[in-house]
Amino acid sequence: MTSDQALTRYLLRLGDNALILAQRLSELVASGPELEEELATANFALDYLGQARMFYSRACELEGAGRTEDDMAFLRGEREFENLLLLEQPNHHFGDTIVRQVLFDSFYLLQLEALINCGDQGLADIAARAHKEIRYHLRHSSQWLVRLGDGTDKSHARVQESLHRLWRYSGELFDGDAVDEILRQEFNGPDLVSIREQWRAGLQTLLATATLTVPEDQWMDSGGRQGRHTEHFGYLLAEMQYLQRSFPGASW
Amino acid sequence: MSQGNTMDDNEWPLYEVFIRSRAGLSHRHAGSVHAADSQMALDHARDVYTRRNEGVSIWVVKSSEIIASDPADASAFFEPAADKIYRHPTFYEIPEGVENL
Amino acid sequence: MYTQGLDQKGENAGRRLDDAGLLAAFQARIDAEEKIEAKDWMPDAYRRTLIRQISQHAHSEIIGMQPEGNWLTRAPSLRRKAILLAKVQDEAGHGLYLYSAAETLGTSRGQMVADLLSGKAKYSSIFNYPTLTWADIGAIGWLVDGAAIMNQIPLCRCSYGPYARAMVRICKEESFHQRQGFEIMLMLSRGSAEQKAMAQDALNRWWWPSLMMFGPGDADSKHSAQSMAWKIKRFSNDELRQKFVDVTVPQAEFLGIRVPDDDLKFNAQTGHYEFGEIDWQEFFDVLAGNGPCNRQRLEKRQRAHDDGAWVREAAHAYAEKHGQRAAA
Repeated sequence: MTSDQALTRYLLRLGDNALILAQRLSELVASGPELEEELATANFALDYLGQARMFYSRACELEGAGRTEDDMAFLRGEREFENLLLLEQPNHHFGDTIVRQVLFDSFYLLQLEALINCGDQGLADIAARAHKEIRYHLRHSSQWLVRLGDGTDKSHARVQESLHRLWRYSGELFDGDAVDEILRQEFNGPDLVSIREQWRAGLQTLLATATLTVPEDQWMDSGGRQGRHTEHFGYLLAEMQYLQRSFPGASW
Repeated sequence: MSQGNTMDDNEWPLYEVFIRSRAGLSHRHAGSVHAADSQMALDHARDVYTRRNEGVSIWVVKSSEIIASDPADASAFFEPAADKIYRHPTFYEIPEGVENL
Repeated sequence: MYTQGLDQKGENAGRRLDDAGLLAAFQARIDAEEKIEAKDWMPDAYRRTLIRQISQHAHSEIIGMQPEGNWLTRAPSLRRKAILLAKVQDEAGHGLYLYSAAETLGTSRGQMVADLLSGKAKYSSIFNYPTLTWADIGAIGWLVDGAAIMNQIPLCRCSYGPYARAMVRICKEESFHQRQGFEIMLMLSRGSAEQKAMAQDALNRWWWPSLMMFGPGDADSKHSAQSMAWKIKRFSNDELRQKFVDVTVPQAEFLGIRVPDDDLKFNAQTGHYEFGEIDWQEFFDVLAGNGPCNRQRLEKRQRAHDDGAWVREAAHAYAEKHGQRAAA
């Protein structure tokens, strides 16, 4: 793998993460616990969607094969998407959404922070923009985690359960492969080992404030980076890609 | 201003939202949001009232904390100021030829 | 808009003798185009009419998120997905501006939402029709938002200040909504035969319900006179409907799709289009709850409300525990 190939693939992964999470969040429209919160969720989805488009566009530019952001989103198959498994998990209740947001965004924020100084100017610029958005997301979601954790007995139990349920997908956040390695060595990309420490420390503080316990490390699921997904993913893709697949070559 | 009367115990209280649209201007009333606490009120105000770059600063205050003048007192409050025309520069006649005044 | 001219329960009663002076002064302010503000004296009927109209309008925005939300996960390009998401989010925002305006009149959001969920409050019937193909998203933007804008622009000058201000904001924000809808229709009508058929089918299904959005004909609309006198309403249902037909028919011609009305013809003398009879039975059926999606729309809202109860309760409990300034 050349360094440009690795960079392209890294950008696609960032795009996939952002797109798949945007897709899950947009399923939540018109079902928030309060109207104002529905606007917040839509804002998050819009932010991720915008990021996905930028990451894809940069990847397409590097690839130089004439593919577009829409080709990436709508014409690749299950095994070609390399998003984190955490992000494709179906929405359950509001507590699950918040936990998913916190687990991912607290990782993503650190990842972006490192990428602001990376060796590819295109990626660095996108990271700087996304970083601001994610800082706000994390502020909002962290506050919610605290409210739910330290709210009622019921909410505490629910969100603690969400944390246990989703914890098994947190391992692969830091489970780097050759692509991550090339990024780190040749593009001054994130060091996943040190990010993991920062992530844990930050999360521990937040969970303590929320009166929640950090789940014990259990067996961790993985496979996102290899395009090996959970069963939910095929349905997500089928729904998302349906029009482009039904009417090949049409413009919309 | 809004006069929220809560229906059930869990309806979040009402906050009034004031937005400074850009540096140099005052905050201006934009509307209201419901929120359980003041931090949430700020987030909600941001999401509801600044989706199009409308603000650089937000104030929120619980609607119940606002003290407003009574419209019934409007004539007593405001009309006495109406006839103090000598407070306005146009009241004064300046002879022609006098400048910088 | 979306108020459908349903505020017609004869609210001109309730004038007591001792209010006569206040009423005269109130009407004089309205006639002088002064704005009425929340704490000003106002007749009960004016207050009730406004609460009903503004909350109906708010409910319509909120329920209106669903038919378009139905296509968010299936939008055919990332650009379209972003536009649609922003539009649906705007609708939630507009619902909130309107609830906020209604709350100034002394009702609460909780009360209004309870009335919506119990079926006591109405919302625009147009949202009880299903979105079956992607072209429906174009048709909603083009026709439904087009009709809404027609109705909403005069409301920017409504006599009640908070409502008028909310409408100014809404109109400003909605100007992109209709355009994105027309753009979708344009792409489809210039696309493949299948896409063109999709556009025609959407127009066939949305045309008549869009005309119904303006509410019953003037002859059957009892409330109008009082709302006009109060300057809550500025144009009659039929006037607005005619205006909508006049501007929309040439747009359909531009798209090369046919308005599904055999009686439609341009009258060169009046300068207006004449159009066929509206099926008011369908309108009243849907209004009475017998539309394709009435039940589904309310159930979705009810589910969100029920599913969110523990969350609202938790936030409330947290605030009680830690004082209002708290949260992380």
